[in-house]
Amino acid sequence: MNPENRIDSRKLAGIGLLLAFACVLPFHISNYSVFQCTMVLVYAIALLGLNMLTGFNGQISLGHGAFYAIGAYCAAVLMDHYGMPYWATLPVAGAVCLVAGFLFGLPALRLEGLYLALATYALGVCMPQLLKYKGFESWTGGVQGISIIKPDAPFGLPLNPDRWLYFFTLAVALLMFVLGWNLLRGRIGRAMIAIRDQPIAAEAMGVNNAFYKSLTFGVSAMYTGIAGALGAIAVQFVAPDSFSIFLSISLLVGMVVGGLASISGAVFGAIFVQFVPNIASRMSTAAPWAIYGVFLIVFMYVMPGGIAGFIRILAAQATRRFRAVRSRRSA
Amino acid sequence: MSIDDLLAQILSGLATGSIYASVALALVMIYQATHLVNFAQGELAMFSTYLAWSMIDAGMPYWGAFFATVGISFVAGMLIERVIVRPVENSPVLAVVIVFIGLLVILNSLAGWIFTYTIKTFPSPFPSEPVLGQHYVSAHQLGSTAITLAVLLLLYVFFRFSPLGLAMRAAAQNPASSRLVGIRVGWMLALGWGLAAAVGSIAGMMIAPVVFLDPNMMSGILLYAFAAALVGGIDSPGGAVFGGFLVGVLENLVGAAIGSELKLTVALVLIVGVLVVRPSGLFGKVHVTRV
Repeated sequence: MNPENRIDSRKLAGIGLLLAFACVLPFHISNYSVFQCTMVLVYAIALLGLNMLTGFNGQISLGHGAFYAIGAYCAAVLMDHYGMPYWATLPVAGAVCLVAGFLFGLPALRLEGLYLALATYALGVCMPQLLKYKGFESWTGGVQGISIIKPDAPFGLPLNPDRWLYFFTLAVALLMFVLGWNLLRGRIGRAMIAIRDQPIAAEAMGVNNAFYKSLTFGVSAMYTGIAGALGAIAVQFVAPDSFSIFLSISLLVGMVVGGLASISGAVFGAIFVQFVPNIASRMSTAAPWAIYGVFLIVFMYVMPGGIAGFIRILAAQATRRFRAVRSRRSA
Repeated sequence: MSIDDLLAQILSGLATGSIYASVALALVMIYQATHLVNFAQGELAMFSTYLAWSMIDAGMPYWGAFFATVGISFVAGMLIERVIVRPVENSPVLAVVIVFIGLLVILNSLAGWIFTYTIKTFPSPFPSEPVLGQHYVSAHQLGSTAITLAVLLLLYVFFRFSPLGLAMRAAAQNPASSRLVGIRVGWMLALGWGLAAAVGSIAGMMIAPVVFLDPNMMSGILLYAFAAALVGGIDSPGGAVFGGFLVGVLENLVGAAIGSELKLTVALVLIVGVLVVRPSGLFGKVHVTRV
């Protein structure tokens, strides 16, 4: 089992502290910063989804932005056309993406490594064009996209819409992470990792490769779709051109920088994807992407475990040194 | 659709098909040597085209800029293989794909940074009035098809009849034995990258007058080239060329039938369809894995 997925009391305390910090934070920053933090949570959910597929299951997806787009459009269409409350759109967006991902995962069963990368890349490139298609225009609003209204806090809670949405997203993210952690640490997670590392041995041990691979594709798409729906509600707007192949690439960047096959890596990656482009774009509009590209390559060379992997190495070193000091003292 | 329209569609499809064919061939060349698909191939071609544009803009004659660009692209392709791809050569597929995507993003943003994102026109070396007394294809379409065909022929002759071409084929097919007979396999791979980049740059310069020059001009073309390479069989150079022409014609006919808004989706359907129904393509070798 992945050592990172084990939870001990020290880790639990750390997570509790982080959560407490996440609850206090929005009362001390501007509304725009609250919105940015909401987007961090949104990306974290999407990255966890992508990481399940690519990091844990070894199926390369270069087109996960497409599922994010489907989730976002689900939420927007349901709210705009059918007057559905925002919270009710999340399960629908998740279910639609689960089915879409499962269906795309079926042909993907026959594709490995590079070929799957090619097919998903094609999906990512096509998505904006599909969303602009005239036949769907009455729903999707074509090139114009759809605007949606930011929800107010319910039950007369003393929160402005930005803060309410932040806490709502935080709750959803927490739920998704607990579910994801539970999924990955158990039987299914072991099967996923076994398929990644030794597909033939896994099959021989009785793991149903085909079923688990398409299941992972579906669940991964569901996570990313729910993130897309939350993102649409937070941004209050969806349009085809915000879901280009570059969205898929930024998800890839977030996964690589945060750490492949790591749950906490999704959070680090999300922070990176949300804040680094903002800082870099002060230099030039092209700078964020240049930095993304450099980070992708440099991380593959020197830090293939991403930030989460780096922290794990540091922690292991610190523990070793601590033990060495203690044993010398006792001797 | 009248027969006349149909003929015009097919002929102009063949003209764009020649571009797809050369990008597909560049992809296949790298695939044969390293079993990797270069996602940055399109952006390499785009960057080369920008180089040509800035040379022409600075007052160089077209053909001077053309050959200078091909030369620079060749060297740049070799350098990229040596410096960037080399360290991950033996890594898992995921790492290599990530490095290629990194390369794609860097080239794309560098082009935007240096040359801005405004769309530029790119000159065509061919006359703008109709040639040979027909109205089906423009002089540029005819000329660019002729040039790409000439390049393909040159490559065929190089790989088939020159000692260096033979060495490159040997290095791709059996690196270990090639090394034993004294072929410098690493350099052969670099040479393959250089050639692929050079072929790509020609494709870029030939398509730029049609689609106009901007940093994202190759993303659609790369997708069609992927489709072409897969239709023909990703390890078959002849198949890639045939696939290129086929995809070009298909794209035009489907575009005429259902409208051009879903043209990219045609490529997606082709890619997924070929991979599911016949992953080895029309002319590729069927892969068998030893368990």
